[in-house]
Amino acid sequence: MTTHRVAFTLNGAARAIDVPADRLLIDALRDELGATGTKLGCGIGVCGACSVLVDGELLSACLLPAIFVDGHAVTTVEGLAADGELTATQDAFIRDGGFQCGICTPGQLVAATALLVEHPRPSPDEIRTWMMGNLCRCTGYYGIERAIGRAAGMT
Amino acid sequence: MSFDYHAPRSVGEALALLERYGEDAHVMAGGTATVLLMRQGLLRPGHVVGLRAIDELRGISRTGSGGLRIGATVTHREVERSAEARAYSSALIEAFASVATVRIRNQATVAGNLAHADPAQDPPPMLAAFGATVNVRSPRGGRALPVSELAVDHFTTSLAHDEVITEIVLPPLEAGSRGTYLKFLPKTADDYATVSVAATLRLADDGTIAETRIVLGAVGPTPIRARRVEEALRGRTARAVAEAAALVREEVDPIDDARGSVSYKREMARVWTGRALARLLR
Repeated sequence: MTTHRVAFTLNGAARAIDVPADRLLIDALRDELGATGTKLGCGIGVCGACSVLVDGELLSACLLPAIFVDGHAVTTVEGLAADGELTATQDAFIRDGGFQCGICTPGQLVAATALLVEHPRPSPDEIRTWMMGNLCRCTGYYGIERAIGRAAGMT
Repeated sequence: MSFDYHAPRSVGEALALLERYGEDAHVMAGGTATVLLMRQGLLRPGHVVGLRAIDELRGISRTGSGGLRIGATVTHREVERSAEARAYSSALIEAFASVATVRIRNQATVAGNLAHADPAQDPPPMLAAFGATVNVRSPRGGRALPVSELAVDHFTTSLAHDEVITEIVLPPLEAGSRGTYLKFLPKTADDYATVSVAATLRLADDGTIAETRIVLGAVGPTPIRARRVEEALRGRTARAVAEAAALVREEVDPIDDARGSVSYKREMARVWTGRALARLLR
């Protein structure tokens, strides 16, 4: 198997790792870079627990070969509050109970962050359509939807 | 998974790699389907030929005649956000926006979707209803084939092992022609369809149906063209829809699964074909 140098920025910091061709981004993040905020859920791109941003685009780290991020900027949940201050979205999740057990929360936050970049004032329908791929097994969806509405300044 | 990854910069280089490694090579674009198939052990290539670094496979543009050209590695979301694609037809946008979730659509490519030949996918029926063709290249040269001739069975295409889809071309829409895409999702919003209906329709000057093309997804081993329904509607008006749509029950070829029994899917094909036509005739 070929090995590839992957040079990219992770939450603003330049990183370079050598990975085998079949390494997935989720494993590179968690096992090689210590970025364990991103969770492995279903492993087949369905549940959204491993949501990350690559150049601002929302992707499943469990489906993305690590070699694909060479030359790109990856943002994980650890990078949202980059300056140590919670983002409005993170703050809203706390205030509105946008989580229960918490395992899906990193993915929910990353997905919600991407949503609010694309739709700064999303309709309830836009929130639901965008977030439908981020599953919460505690079914805490009302709190998540409420938090996103608050983060958008709509409530 | 254990493979050598190659990142050619041109289609010519990609074809040379496919020729060199033969059956041991597999093409990968976005990787959504390929990664899953490899992880499940259903696909075990020794060499993966990635298409992401090939500039000539990118981009969406209008053709000189008013059609639309979509590069092979354009993602679903790029189609969704493309002003050119929207100007061609909002139904095309609907079909691409119906696929899975934002995350998948950010990664999955248009040609990858077609080459995967999943009969429950959303874009193939819509592309077929628009009469789209794919341009394909191999070490032996190039050819064009209709999207409707691409899938031949579940997850099986008519492409040879060393052929690569380079672009998808939609012909110019005839004046007055419109399209729609409907997807029936009784379980969850991100599920595969129980049945989907892509349709285009053009009215004659006297208000009768001059031409309609109806292609159903998820109710057969490939997208199913409802030719008997199309024939029954030619020269007729909206009043003929109910009777014509009933013919689709015998045209589809669904399987029993968690999304419904065979008889239920036949019935839902009738209902949703009727709804698609009603939408186009509104």
